[in-house]
Amino acid sequence: MTSEPRNSTAPTASVSVSIAVNGRPTDNTVEARTLLVQYLRETVGLTGTNIGCDTTSCGACTVLLDGESVKSCTVLAAQADGRSVTTIEGLADGETLHPMQEAFREYHGLQCGYCTPGMVMAAVSLATEHDALSESDVRTGLEGNLCRCTGYHNIVRAVMAGADAMSGTTTGAGSGA
Amino acid sequence: MIPAAFDYVRADSVDGAVALLTEHGDDAKLIAGGHSLLPLMKLRLATPAVLVDVSRLDELSYVRDAGDHVAVGGLTRHHDVEHSDVLREHAPLLAFAAGQVGDPQVRHRGTIGGSLAHADPASDLPACVLALGGTIVARGSSGERTIAIDDFFQGFLESALAPDEVITEVRIPKATGAGFGFEKFNRRAQDWAIVGVAAVGGDRPGVALVNMGSTPLRAAAVEARLAEGAAPDAAAAVADEGTEPPSDLNASEDYRRHLARVLVERALTSVAGSNGTGATR
Repeated sequence: MTSEPRNSTAPTASVSVSIAVNGRPTDNTVEARTLLVQYLRETVGLTGTNIGCDTTSCGACTVLLDGESVKSCTVLAAQADGRSVTTIEGLADGETLHPMQEAFREYHGLQCGYCTPGMVMAAVSLATEHDALSESDVRTGLEGNLCRCTGYHNIVRAVMAGADAMSGTTTGAGSGA
Repeated sequence: MIPAAFDYVRADSVDGAVALLTEHGDDAKLIAGGHSLLPLMKLRLATPAVLVDVSRLDELSYVRDAGDHVAVGGLTRHHDVEHSDVLREHAPLLAFAAGQVGDPQVRHRGTIGGSLAHADPASDLPACVLALGGTIVARGSSGERTIAIDDFFQGFLESALAPDEVITEVRIPKATGAGFGFEKFNRRAQDWAIVGVAAVGGDRPGVALVNMGSTPLRAAAVEARLAEGAAPDAAAAVADEGTEPPSDLNASEDYRRHLARVLVERALTSVAGSNGTGATR
């Protein structure tokens, strides 16, 4: 098994991947068809990333790939080889919540909680990409994340507060865009 | 949902990808961002035996001012097209429309070359490249060739690309200062257009339709009326002429024909009013 991304000339049914997940290296050999979300949940054992629609619509499986939000149900683990992934488990600093997590708690930006890990990850990516977020930016920027409980109002409030709190702080989530 | 088993290989160069495609023929598919292909594979509507991953070919991710046109690398992501200063200045229709594709997560992965190669009539960018009169550059085992966008879309999810060809570049003639309009009608923000319209004015005006037939379509009747000097409402009245829009759960054929006429008028009104700076929707 190699720890470097490698190019090969012969297609193979299994693939060796080295993915830094929440700052920790993971090295595994997986079936080529393994989706990133499966890799995170079943191979690495981090079940905070939820599978919702499984069709690139709902955003529950959103994680950061090299600091940018992606839907991990529509990325192959092989495509994340050699890259860094941040999941909801990787945001908090010990017992201290990430500012975006803290804002979701403060503003009660959730009801059932199923969409929340994806919402928080999408919000962190959005806040990292923008210097200042208007309410309209937040509503548009969360178009890839569906919530069936809240009606979104508290989520939008939370994201705006979380983005404010993040400005001037590092996210620990990579370089962003 | 998990794709059917396949063999995976990562290409280390464009020529390497062409060699792999040549070797594996129809059994192989290219994957870049994967946001058209992987959903089809998860539904088992596509079951390639070999996936050739070109997503690491960073040399195909660029936007360059190339004099009379803008050169966009085939692997340039929607996110990067949306935020390109060169495109915002010289082809703002494409930059604006790229920001309307899917959602931020999709735009972080999907590429312009992948979107064009997939040839989905419901996709946004193919119609924009049609309206702008772009050219596709493809490399295959017999070398490089250019394909005019009007010759590129051949049928439903079918392009003029040979099985061993890779889109390396998309050339967009400059439309600096020309007004544009982009209309996308859908039920949920992230959905494909039920009907969409891409329109640009200036010296090389063009109007193209999303989801009004089996391929991305040029609105030829509208363009002919515009060439005769027709106003937006008169030109838009023939928006559905020559189209064969589908009926599905989202809309009937008649509804789509009506939408096309309404949306073309809106897009043309934006063209007239925007002078390259405006946006619509």
